[in-house]
Amino acid sequence: MDTVTQVAIADVKRRHRESGLRSIWYLLPAGVIVALVIGYPVLRAVMLSFFRFSPLGGSVTFVGMHNYVQVLTSRQFGAAALHSVIWTFGVVAFQFVFGLIGAVLLNQKFRGRGIVRGLVLIPWATPSVLAAMMWMWILDANYGVLNDLLTRLGLAFLARPWFSQPHTALPALMLIDVWQGIPFFAVMLLAAMQTIPDDLVEASKLDGATAWKTFWSVKFPIILPTCLITTLLRIVWTASYMDLILIITQGGPGYASLTIPADAYYTAYSDLNFGGATAMAVIQAIVLLGVVMVYLKLLSKQGILDK
Amino acid sequence: MIIVGHVLRRSVLWILLFCWLAFALGPYLWMFLTSVKPASELSTIPVHYLPQHWTFAAYAELFHTTPFLKYMTHSIIVAVVTALATLVLAVPAGFSLSRHRFRPKKIVLSALVASQFLPSILLVLALFPIMQSLGLLNRMIGLVLVYTGFVTPFTIWLVKGFVDGIPKEMDEAALVDGCSELKVIWYVLLPVLTPGLVAAAAYIIIFSWNEFLFALTFASKDSVATLPVGLNTFIGDYVTRWDLLTAGGVVSAIPILIFFTLVQRRLISGLTSGAVKS
Repeated sequence: MDTVTQVAIADVKRRHRESGLRSIWYLLPAGVIVALVIGYPVLRAVMLSFFRFSPLGGSVTFVGMHNYVQVLTSRQFGAAALHSVIWTFGVVAFQFVFGLIGAVLLNQKFRGRGIVRGLVLIPWATPSVLAAMMWMWILDANYGVLNDLLTRLGLAFLARPWFSQPHTALPALMLIDVWQGIPFFAVMLLAAMQTIPDDLVEASKLDGATAWKTFWSVKFPIILPTCLITTLLRIVWTASYMDLILIITQGGPGYASLTIPADAYYTAYSDLNFGGATAMAVIQAIVLLGVVMVYLKLLSKQGILDK
Repeated sequence: MIIVGHVLRRSVLWILLFCWLAFALGPYLWMFLTSVKPASELSTIPVHYLPQHWTFAAYAELFHTTPFLKYMTHSIIVAVVTALATLVLAVPAGFSLSRHRFRPKKIVLSALVASQFLPSILLVLALFPIMQSLGLLNRMIGLVLVYTGFVTPFTIWLVKGFVDGIPKEMDEAALVDGCSELKVIWYVLLPVLTPGLVAAAAYIIIFSWNEFLFALTFASKDSVATLPVGLNTFIGDYVTRWDLLTAGGVVSAIPILIFFTLVQRRLISGLTSGAVKS
């Protein structure tokens, strides 16, 4: 190696060492906008949750823990919290089960596989307003095709106004979210399955294991970390997702389909109690953070994520 | 016996796939069929599955009497500007997080991840008073700012992953030849990164095309409303006009479905490679 090259390489190495300072200029623009849109407002909101004020202006009064006490002792918030739990875990459980089955199906060899893979993803790319609209029409009390099908099948007693009955409103909303979310699980799990080495599966087959057994003893342990991480992402996302509720039921009838984020939304924009609403949102954030920490702690204890 | 088993397995596979496709696409098919029926056919019992008379009257009415095309224009502007702004911010940041060595890197990376776990309602409530006092409510630039800030962390994460996948020797060779680092990004890395950046842009465009909550809270006036907010207003205004509503649904779905089909493969591999690895 001639000296010129050596000097040049040394120069590059020196520049790399100095990159600590220079990297600021690369990160600053993005950092500023993220700080302005996420960091500062969120910190400010947490602070404001100790005050009473309305979004339309007016006085701002320090009330200490008052907003939190009021929220945590309200019956409506209790109901919303219960609905949030049902909504989140119900939706994610169905999405996981069907997503896993879907990933197994898409991992088979069949003609037109590329097209099928693309088509089943469509619900995932569907805007929530569009999904809401399509399902409102399908589940329409009078002219909906679901009630029509039930009637034709002689199950007319099952036909009902799905979104305006307290016991079916939340499950009907969950159905729509499950519809939207299955492809996400299927895609993530399919990607994980494609990393499984063929020879492992072959070896298991040579040992005389059935396809069922091969799946659970060879394939499933490999995709388990992806299953768990995808589930966590989905839990966090679903808990905050409230578009369908805002569009279709507004939390009703009564508050039969009200979840915590929807409760916070209406507390802010219908009751104009911004401090109370922010307190709800902060509680939601803390609970989610707790769920994430416990979840990750349990996983790392089991050593599942290290593999 | 083996052949019978094979045929049986194939049939089960295709039956399950058919059920899945019917569930996934049924709502779209039904929306389309509804949109080409005359309004009078929608209130019949029992329901006619296929239109007795095909008509595109609802589409004509949609374009002539409603501000639908205006909503669509707003959506396109917001999506494209957000995607460009986000990429301009995220490419240098992603590059730096992949190539530079500096101490608080771990903190920056965890902050990026943590920002994605915040409930969107908290962001809405946090941003609303600030946007109001800055006069950014009901302005497209306000919505673009919020979207950009919201998707930048995840985009940085994606770009970092893409740059990680490029061998270091490539940019080091260029540095040895005396290129400045910015030139290295522009001339050496960008061409290689393009497929990844297309995927990232696709993700951002789909996000802002579909986003509802921020749009509803920060830009609900007709003069700035994007498609989701416009459609939501429609649902309230035309609650019994399902021919018109479904026509609007079909029109708003077409661009995003075409776009999604085009970039689908790249988008998926970009999204899954990061998640499956980490």
